[in-house]
Amino acid sequence: MTENIIEVRDLVKHYPVTRGIVFKKTTGHVKAVDGVSFDLKAGETLGVVGESGCGKSTLARVLMNLERPTSGQVLYKGQDISKLSGGALRRLRRQIQLVMQDPYTSLNPRMTVGDLIGEPFEIHPEVAPRGSRRTKVKELLDLVGLNPEHINRYPHQFSGGQRQRIGIARALALRPEVIVCDEPVSALDVSIQAQVMNLLEKLQAEFGLSYVFIAHDLSVVRHLSDRVAVMYLGKMVEVGTEDEIYERPTHPYTQALLSAVPVPDPTLRDNKAIIRLTGDVPSPISPPSGCRFRTRCWKAQDLCAQEVPLLQIRPGSDHPSACHFAERREIVPAHEVA
Amino acid sequence: MSDPSAASLVSTPRPEQPSEAGAPVNAGLPESAQKQQKPRGLLGDAWIDLRRKPLFWISATLIVIFVLMAAFPSLFTSGDAVNGALSRSQVKPSADAWFGYDVQGRDVFARTIYGARASIMVALLSVIGTLLIGGTMGIIAGYRGGWVDALLSRIADIFFGLPFVLGSIVILTTFNGSGSDNNEWTIMGLVIMSLTVLSWPVVMRLMRSSVLATKEADYIVAARALGAGTGRIILKHLLPNCLAPLLVYGTIMVGSFIGAEATLSFLGIGLKTPVVSWGIMISEAQNYIRVSPYLLFFPAAFLVTAVLSFVMLGEAVREALDPKLR
Repeated sequence: MTENIIEVRDLVKHYPVTRGIVFKKTTGHVKAVDGVSFDLKAGETLGVVGESGCGKSTLARVLMNLERPTSGQVLYKGQDISKLSGGALRRLRRQIQLVMQDPYTSLNPRMTVGDLIGEPFEIHPEVAPRGSRRTKVKELLDLVGLNPEHINRYPHQFSGGQRQRIGIARALALRPEVIVCDEPVSALDVSIQAQVMNLLEKLQAEFGLSYVFIAHDLSVVRHLSDRVAVMYLGKMVEVGTEDEIYERPTHPYTQALLSAVPVPDPTLRDNKAIIRLTGDVPSPISPPSGCRFRTRCWKAQDLCAQEVPLLQIRPGSDHPSACHFAERREIVPAHEVA
Repeated sequence: MSDPSAASLVSTPRPEQPSEAGAPVNAGLPESAQKQQKPRGLLGDAWIDLRRKPLFWISATLIVIFVLMAAFPSLFTSGDAVNGALSRSQVKPSADAWFGYDVQGRDVFARTIYGARASIMVALLSVIGTLLIGGTMGIIAGYRGGWVDALLSRIADIFFGLPFVLGSIVILTTFNGSGSDNNEWTIMGLVIMSLTVLSWPVVMRLMRSSVLATKEADYIVAARALGAGTGRIILKHLLPNCLAPLLVYGTIMVGSFIGAEATLSFLGIGLKTPVVSWGIMISEAQNYIRVSPYLLFFPAAFLVTAVLSFVMLGEAVREALDPKLR
């Protein structure tokens, strides 16, 4: 369980901003992901949280090798995935699968469920011989809690949660080792979210999957994750186990995020100190110097503008945090509803 | 939509199926249910849907009749489409000659039947050619983007800028000027070529814009993440989702091409007598429209029926190919 299955090293993804139609001039870069490093261990769930536009989805696309990183590496079992091509890339695609955010747009409306779930087998014919594919598709449908008799239906005949199950079945078809979940439940109703998350948990136990679970909902991430990484403007600001992040956050941004989680217990609610951040997220084209959070941080000092805080373990804390003045702060913790 | 199996997953733990189980999941189902489980795809479903539609059957029957007419005109008439007797000039329709006789005393019924061949062949082949060229260019331009798109779009703009009549006059007078003795098939080929060359840019723009709208869709990204190659993405994902506007436009084009062929014949650069086509008949009849309106009526009625059946067929096929409309 301690083996690193994916190692991300100083991953950077910049998108050029161009002006002009024929003679394109690059006027700047959107720094979507700017120096992110983390490890994913086999069988583990790494939650990635952050607000909209902080680079979560770009991170997923780079992890899936759908985009080439500007610099840095994504290593799958020691291999740099952006350098793979041809057969090696095909083999890699079998091992890392993606569950997308919107179940309404991520399934081709003109394919039957059987074709959709059977597509991985057609792309990777070595996984299952032709004759056994139908049986496999039905097994997968059953596995994700759908009726195998619905194999000839079309996506629009299913509800959102059922479609997301189809998406999960597609991702599972090739028996991958890693599944990158890019906000898999944010488009679903809360009651359906729980079903889908329980399904993901069950499948992890059954197949020993590793998840990179991207979400902007803190309680969703807490429910599933072993470790949590908090992102802000393309950088990771704090990484730690579920308890470390939720009970003992040291980065001001994490603290502010957690303070915004609704507290279900009305008696505790009054004690909660809500940290209200002022201002907007700065543009990722020209992020602030030094610490990127300093423009909205109540602790910001001159040092924050001059020096980029490194993601490291600081005194008085037990997990890495990218803040010069990292310290614990008591906020009424949003306990998991057990 | 309720799904009992989905709802029960969370509340009651299901007995886990061994993942390598080889036994069919629905082993206990009765025979009739097994039959319904036969795998189907988009095309199979579309066919099942089409078979239920009267619109499809009506238009398909008409098209089959027209195609038979084009291939074997002698099945429908024993009359002579080319030679007439001036003594019968402009004789009105009667039991003898259902559609009457034209100015030169030729049997209008026979001519209408024989005219189907040139009209339908020119229209169908030009539409197919236009759709193939325009569709392919549109897919390439839309999917590749960048300088390929810029180049192809500018080429299309050049052709788009040529006025249709002027362009075909230039093409046809060059290859089929007065005094040339091309045979029927060569002229037909030239007419088809000029129609195709001057109309593909519209199809290309249609296709390009629908590819541009579709290629960023999540399911295309999902297919790429699965490792699908360019060919599979285009054939399985892009094409089925971009085909609808093309089908509609294609069927409308059938009608306008029959008309365009008539225009070219009227200008004296397209098909010429003794070749018979609806277009030629209509352009000849327009001089006598007040004396003998039936000369115009019958070929025009055939033309309208043919165009209508192609449009209806296109509509039925488009609806059948969209699972949401079933």
